[in-house]
Parts: sequence; C-alpha cells; structure tokens
Amino acid sequence: MSDVVVRVENVSKRYRIGVAPEKYATLRDTIVKTLKSPLKRIQKSLPAGKDSNGLDAIWALKNVSFEVERGQVLGVIGRNGAGKSTLLKVLSRITEPTEGHVQIRGRVGSLLEVGTGFHPELTGRENIYLNGAILGMKRADIEHKFDEMVAFSGVEKFIDTPVKRYSSGMYLRLAFSVAAHLEPEILVVDEVLAVGDAEFQRKCLGKMSDVAQEGRTVLFVSHDMSAISRLTEETIVLEKGELVYRAPTQKAIDYYMSSGFSKTGERTWTAEESPPADSPFHPIALRVKNSKGQVVDVMRSTEPITIEIEYALDNPIQALRVGIYLRDMQGVYVFTSFDTDSPAEYESMATRPAGHYISRCVIPADTLNEGRYALGTNASIYRNKRFFQDLRALVFNVDGLGAPGKQWAERRRGVIRPRLNWDINQIG
Amino acid sequence: MTELSKQITQEEIIDIHPTSGWSALKLRELWRYRELMFFLTWRDIKVRYKQTLLGAAWAIIRPLVTMIVFTLIFGRVAKLDSEGMPYQLFSFTALLPWQLFSKALSDTSNSMVANRNMITKIYFPRLVIPFSSIISGLVDFGIAFVILIGMMFYYGVKPTSAIWTLPLFLVLALLTALGVGLWFSALNVQFRDVGYLIPFLTQVWLYATPVAYSAQIVSPKWQAVYALNPMAGVVQGFRWALLGTDLGANASLTLSLSVLISILILISGLFYFRRMERTFADVV
Repeated sequence: MSDVVVRVENVSKRYRIGVAPEKYATLRDTIVKTLKSPLKRIQKSLPAGKDSNGLDAIWALKNVSFEVERGQVLGVIGRNGAGKSTLLKVLSRITEPTEGHVQIRGRVGSLLEVGTGFHPELTGRENIYLNGAILGMKRADIEHKFDEMVAFSGVEKFIDTPVKRYSSGMYLRLAFSVAAHLEPEILVVDEVLAVGDAEFQRKCLGKMSDVAQEGRTVLFVSHDMSAISRLTEETIVLEKGELVYRAPTQKAIDYYMSSGFSKTGERTWTAEESPPADSPFHPIALRVKNSKGQVVDVMRSTEPITIEIEYALDNPIQALRVGIYLRDMQGVYVFTSFDTDSPAEYESMATRPAGHYISRCVIPADTLNEGRYALGTNASIYRNKRFFQDLRALVFNVDGLGAPGKQWAERRRGVIRPRLNWDINQIG
Repeated sequence: MTELSKQITQEEIIDIHPTSGWSALKLRELWRYRELMFFLTWRDIKVRYKQTLLGAAWAIIRPLVTMIVFTLIFGRVAKLDSEGMPYQLFSFTALLPWQLFSKALSDTSNSMVANRNMITKIYFPRLVIPFSSIISGLVDFGIAFVILIGMMFYYGVKPTSAIWTLPLFLVLALLTALGVGLWFSALNVQFRDVGYLIPFLTQVWLYATPVAYSAQIVSPKWQAVYALNPMAGVVQGFRWALLGTDLGANASLTLSLSVLISILILISGLFYFRRMERTFADVV
C-alpha cells in the first residue's frame, strides 16, 4: 500500500510585481492612490484579493502536483527562477499558495538556509540554543544533542567565543551541525551546501544520506547534480514554475541537462535572452564543430573539437574576456578557458573595438573521455563586470570509437581520455 | 522519552491552502512555541548592551538624564506643580513606566522588519516575534527601579500599601505597547514609513501623558478624553501606588476606560496582524 506523506495538488503561486521583494510601498503613494481611485486601492490592499489584470503578476509556480511517499528521497532540480525555492517555501509554510493545496502528514523541518537567526554577538553555545529553538527543537532535545552537535561542527575550542570572531567556514560548520541534528519526519532542504569547503560538504552529504537511510522523507533541492544523484532515487524537474518531468534521478538529470539545449551542436540567443540593450555585449551563437567543420552534437574523441562563440560588441570594451566552461553530466568542471588567456591575445585585445566577432578554440584530439558534456559561456572583465553568462548553453556527446583502450568494453573512469605514450621495458 | 513516543504516535496532518480575510488567532499554537519566544527575548536581553562601553549603566543614564532635563525645564523654569512631591522624584516615578512603554512600543513595531531573514526562511507563528519583543525592556526597568527606591529613601517618601498594584500597571503599559506595536509591526512590513513615524509618535504621546506634569492641571471636563490614553492611567497609577499622590476623581471609571481601550487596541491589533501575516514573507 502506498503511504503518501506529502501530497501537492495543483499548487500555484503568484507574485505581484508590485509587492515583489525590495520594492517598498510608502504611505504617501498609498494615500495618493487611495485618493485617486479608492475602489481599486481597497481591492489591491486586500492581501488575497484577486486582481483582475494579471499584467503585473508572475507565476512562480503553476499547477504543480506530485506526491512523495514515506521514506522517499526526492530531488528537485531546475534552473534559477524555475520555482524550486518557492515550492520549498510553500511546503514549509513560509508562504501560502495562491491556488491549490498541500497535505503533509508529519512534522516538517525545513532548511532553506543554515544559521537562520544566528546572532554575531552571541557565543557558539548560545547560538546553538537559539538556532535550535528557531528550527523548532525543544530545549531538552537541544541539551540532549548538544555535545554531538559541537563534535560534528569541530569548533569545540571556540564554543564560548562570539560567532562574529569565527571564520566563515567555522560559522557554517556550526550552523550546519545544528540543522543536521533536526529530526523531523519530513525534511525539506534547499541548496544549503553550495557554500562551505569540500571536505565539510562531504561530511554533510554523509549525514544527510544517514537521514535518508533512517527512513525519513526528504525533499532536496540542489544545483549540484552529483549530490542529487548520490542522495536521491527520484527527481522532479521544474521549468518556469511547472513540473515538467519526474523520473528516476539519472533519467531526470539527463533530461534536465539536455532540456532547453539545441540538439544540433549550436545554441543561438534571441534578443530577449541576451543582456539588456544597454549592455555592450550581445551573444549571438555558440557552436561545436567536428574536424570537417560541421556543426553537430556528436563528436569523436579521436578528432579535434572546435568551439566557436559568435557575438557583437556595441562599444569597445577594455580587458574583455570571452570564454567557455566545460562540465560533465555530474556538474564537475573539466576546464575553463578564455580567449585572452595567452599573453599575446591579452596584449593585442587590451581594448576590443566594437564589431562582430567569433572567438574560436580547439580542444585537441584525444582529450575528452566518451560521454556527455555541457558547454557554458561567459563574457566578462575580470573582477569587474560580467556581461553574460550561461553555464549550460549546449550539450554535446563524445563518442569513443578508436580511443585508446577501446579493445576493452569497460567504461573508462575519468573525464579525460588522453592518448599517453607508454613504453614497456623489461628490466629483469 | 514518553513525550517523544507520544509525538510519533499522534501524527500531525498539516493542510496548506490559500486563505483570505480574517483568521483565527491560534493562540494555542503560539503557546507551543513559547520556548522560541523565550529564546528570542533572551537573545534581545543578552545582546542589548554588547560592545558598549557603559553597558547596563545605560538603563540608569537614560531615565536619569531625562529626569534632570525635566527638572530643570519643567520643575525650575516652568515651576510646574508636582503634587507636593520633589519634582525629581515626581518625574522619575513616571519616567520608568513611560520608558518601558516606549521601548516596548518601538521594539515591537520594528520587530517584523528586524527579523525579516527569519520570516522568509523558517515557519513559526509570526506572533512570536512581536510578543517576544515586549519583555526585554523589563530588565532596564528593574535596574532603574533600584535607583527609584534609592531616591524615595533619600527624599524620605514611603511607598503606600497599594504598592502591590504596580505589576498591574506594568501589565497595562505592556499590553498597550503590544496592541499598538502589533498594528505598527504589520504595517511596517509593507510601509517603511512606520519606522519614521514611531519616534515622532512616542514624542507626542509623551506630552499627552502626565509624565512631566501633573494630571491635575487638566481641566475636569477633559479628564474623560484624557482617560482614553491608557498611559495616563499607568503613570498616575504608578505615582499613586508609590508616592501616594491623588488618583483624581472618578479614578476607577477612568482606569476602567484605560483598560478597555488598551484591550480593544490589543484585540484589533492581533486580528489585523493575523490578517496581514500571510503576505509577510512575500513582502518584507
């Protein structure tokens, strides 16, 4: 028998632009509006009032429905603005849905941020109590787990020091260790691990998979595909507020990594996707070409791969660098490279005049292992300005036919597959 | 242990759906979060005088300096009547509940905005925040009260047998601050004007309350209107209980009116807050 603990039915969430964060209404505006159009104002001021003109509203979630069974660990992935955080906010009762409803059986613990309510002037010990209470723990629970939390965080020596004296790593470790000792029946976790050092991230992921093994229900949002694939069995994909795909995690990740990409080895940007008109940089296209110069999405690992970025500059830009990111399907970076990396180009392109450009580079033959890769692009001035960035602009496949070691059918580990010159000497 | 197993057996079912209009206060849920309220109050007290040179001495300096200024201006220059008491003692007795009230009012009014990062990241009954903001001023009050006792001793004024009523007047002051603060804290989420209004309002309210002067100078026909200000009742009550000054004619009537007004503001504030609450996380 299925045992559904979270049931989300047709949930939609609308944000009115007028009440979007960072826009404060002032009393004066309200008074002026009230005098101008009393009825309209009254209608608008009602918090749940339906405004007839949907013009200034955006739907952060649209008719999302899904169920989670007891003990299931469900991943949630999607691009920025796809509605992941809004979904978690609705599930953790921070904000109400505009339509639809959710039924949850059991206590929910939500971790949209670690260290919520931490006060810099309080000591580590005091903050553990405060933060624990904010996360909904009982004082007795906190006392009971206190030593364990401190040990997990590894900041024993500084537990009676105000946290404002902590390094950011220590601060995070302490904050996470409080959160990691929450024991709700249903745990809702946002991208809280994006920060923090790699070693501690591993420790946290370990702690979280313990949580999953204890049979607790977990909803886990992340951009880190390797964390998602390690922790979850099933994943839902959100796109522009809608649930577009639900599948076992590997399939869902594949779907996500390739959705929105052209399948042809070329990605073009329309005017509305490109940065605002006042930006001098306009991306036009990103292409991958095989050794015959064809734009395709399947490359051979034994042939060079050409990558082209086509773009226009409205104005001259100083110290511009245009480049690429290459990542594998787990989100692990293979490399980052910019067109002005070499001193010669750096000198000659100190100021890049306005015009229409193609920056081109070649990944040498016998570099990449077989598999799928995501290519991203970036145009920026180092430490100064980022004109454009798309981390997942296109996806291409690399086929290993003829690659070294192909006489064995095994899948070779690693993202690169170099052809190395071995020599074998008999020395005895 | 038994508590834990109880929690597991009786599974909560949470229903999340859009709501509109007025909603129930859910005071029982608020009660379940009393530990959080306690910790937030404790945090406010704990960090209040961190990284200050004079620390808790501020709790004494502020009422003391105000008293000196009042004594010079209203006592010496304007020669206001102080009902037979030394003017210093007369004004200091009133300043203590007044400063407790004004701190509670401004803390509560700013509480939702000050804790915005909690509101947007964690669920808990939102009323916890304004409720936990009213208490912390009591510490300052307690410290300054010791000075008051010293002053009474110095001037040879014995407290009356009605001193037991002091906590009741304190409760009235705090409930009034909570009621008004609930309205303002909810408004402040949407309209940051409230932040500018509060200091101004407390200033005006101070002069509408017999802190610097005696309520006796208010003509009898205005006494009823005057009683609409619950703080007038609080301040007069304080002087009456400690210094034995006159509570005025119809004291029980005016006091009842003060209490009634205060409760009305509180209840309306609670419902208004609950009504606006659902948009807090989106707007703040």
